[in-house]
Amino acid sequence: METINFWELWGGVAYRFWPVWVGMAITYLLMRANRKHIGVFGHLLDSPVGVTGLMIVLFWLFTAVFADVVATFDPLEQFYRHRRKPPGMVELESMIPMYFGSDNLGRDLFSRMVYGSRFVLLIAPSATLVAFIVGITLGLPAGYKGGRTDSILSFIANMILSFPVIVLFYLLVTPGIRETALPNVMASVFFMFPIVFALTVLRSRFSERPGLLFPWSVIILILGGWLYSGVVFNSDPLGLISMDPNELNIFAAVVFASSPGVFRIVRGLTMDIKTRDYVAAAQTRGETPWYIMLWEILPNARGPLIVDACLRIGYTTILLGTLGFFGLGLAPESPDWGSMINQTRGFIRLVPTIVLPQTIALASFVLGLNLLADGLREESLKD
Amino acid sequence: MLRFILQRTFIMVLTMLALSLVVFTLVNLEPNLRKLALEQNNNRMSQEAVDSWLDKNGYRRPFVVQYGEWLGGVLTGDLGYSTRFRMPVNEVLPKRLGYTGILAFWVLVTMVPSALLIGILSGMREGTALDRILSIFSVATTATPEYVSGILFTVIFASMLGWFKGVSNVNNITFENFTLPVMTMSIYGMGYIARMTRASMSEVMTSQYVRTAHLKGLPFRSVVLKHALRNALIAPFTVILLQFPWLLTGVVIVEKIFNYKGFGWALVEAAENNDIHLLLACSLVSVVVVIGTQLISDVGYAYLNPRIRVES
Repeated sequence: METINFWELWGGVAYRFWPVWVGMAITYLLMRANRKHIGVFGHLLDSPVGVTGLMIVLFWLFTAVFADVVATFDPLEQFYRHRRKPPGMVELESMIPMYFGSDNLGRDLFSRMVYGSRFVLLIAPSATLVAFIVGITLGLPAGYKGGRTDSILSFIANMILSFPVIVLFYLLVTPGIRETALPNVMASVFFMFPIVFALTVLRSRFSERPGLLFPWSVIILILGGWLYSGVVFNSDPLGLISMDPNELNIFAAVVFASSPGVFRIVRGLTMDIKTRDYVAAAQTRGETPWYIMLWEILPNARGPLIVDACLRIGYTTILLGTLGFFGLGLAPESPDWGSMINQTRGFIRLVPTIVLPQTIALASFVLGLNLLADGLREESLKD
Repeated sequence: MLRFILQRTFIMVLTMLALSLVVFTLVNLEPNLRKLALEQNNNRMSQEAVDSWLDKNGYRRPFVVQYGEWLGGVLTGDLGYSTRFRMPVNEVLPKRLGYTGILAFWVLVTMVPSALLIGILSGMREGTALDRILSIFSVATTATPEYVSGILFTVIFASMLGWFKGVSNVNNITFENFTLPVMTMSIYGMGYIARMTRASMSEVMTSQYVRTAHLKGLPFRSVVLKHALRNALIAPFTVILLQFPWLLTGVVIVEKIFNYKGFGWALVEAAENNDIHLLLACSLVSVVVVIGTQLISDVGYAYLNPRIRVES
């Protein structure tokens, strides 16, 4: 068995990531050059903690983008002669080293780790975004109007939050459930929110100017309807947008589990901000409630919400990992980090390093998001 | 105060009812029922046999009848029959909860004092090197989920160093096989409590009465211990209690990694095999834990901080 030494291994890994280093450097320089114009992200560059977090997040972001270039093997290709091998072993046919060794089916762990970033960076931020839109659309009126709306919505949110997440996933993300219409129903409800949200934003802003309101509403309805039909019902007339039933199921379950948390934060912030003078001024001017909520309260709540979004992408990543860890929802060969952890953890006694790439990848990404959130919080408190 | 407690208890009962309805609907979905039938008959069954088995055992009766039957049982103290363990839920659940209780006890005993210590040490002198190191430690621990840290600890302490065992056993708890589960859980929860304590401590340290104590010439140690500490510990008290719901989810993962057959393990077994009554009972337990701790934390907060009045 041929192996490469320590320096060749890490030198090779560092070299494979070259597009990522270039991307990180360019992003950093662009941010430095425009630091006056990008708001709180410009201040972020003053905080060492924030920059560290940002760099870790960017590293995984560019890894996901350039996964085809970075990875050395196909993540699903199995080399039967090279099962459960330690790091640095050379694959004999192609003479390419398997930098981090191979898993129990002889798949290259380095390439799987690299491709695994794609799944996480696609689902986690987009599910968080949808959860935020759901939470904001429901949290604003609950906090602003109070009363019965608030009681009912809060009761539902607390009910979902008092449920162990893992049971929720066992009930919602199984192959059996995918046979029923439940995931599509859930997704159809959740994906309705972005469209409704965009329309409400428009209507509250341009209600006096039908010349602008009408064309924009039509554009949103067409674009939104197109995405909606593709994502939820897999029936995009142009055939461009589609979503795997597996992923849609996971997506809906993750949004379901994380939107109550967003709802509570938005509700709390709204209740705090609605006592401010500028809200009273807008009320005196006779603005509509939705205008006040979306154009007075929401922009002033953005600081805590951005910080929370960073943390929440981290939680979502952990949730996705939990799903993989319990073997729920994903295709068995899927190279996502959680499933990889689950598949390899039985072989720790034989090859202790077999679990390291995926565990460290997941932990470092979440750590990066946490540091980024800390940096943002620190810098936004300074103003 | 009494009214507040009664109101919360009412909400708890309402949540339990609503939640049990949701769970009941989900477990009675056709694919889940089929899973149950197959599991009960060792997976060898034709579609007709599945149907007749479900018919025979009363899973095809109207939803209201089945739910009413279960609810009637619960109200008289009978939680039903666990199909997975083949015995009444009333026999399965207390035993498993007891095992998890032992785990949770040791987690709290190790987690809370160390988290408070870390928080106080880093919050009493904000911005120092010690504060930076401890803060990074707290962030790192909260960022590492149990299924990552548990496995890393197993690699380091069980495979490489050989100090502890990576597999636990409820019937024979020893230092070797119990350290890793406790460590995994307490380190994950530690960071969050430590950060809250730090925030609260650093706020108290800038307050007027602490400055007065400094200016009186009191030594730093007694300023921290006698003046700052008591007020700084009110906020973490709430946070510690609100960790209980998290302990419940964490327990599921940790018990699965280390094969510790407690409540979390039973919950996973129930969910995997669509064990209807056990799953419902587990959900009720978790609602009681979550809302109960919220209630205790609210009441305790008002008791510790007389400036706060509980509003009903």
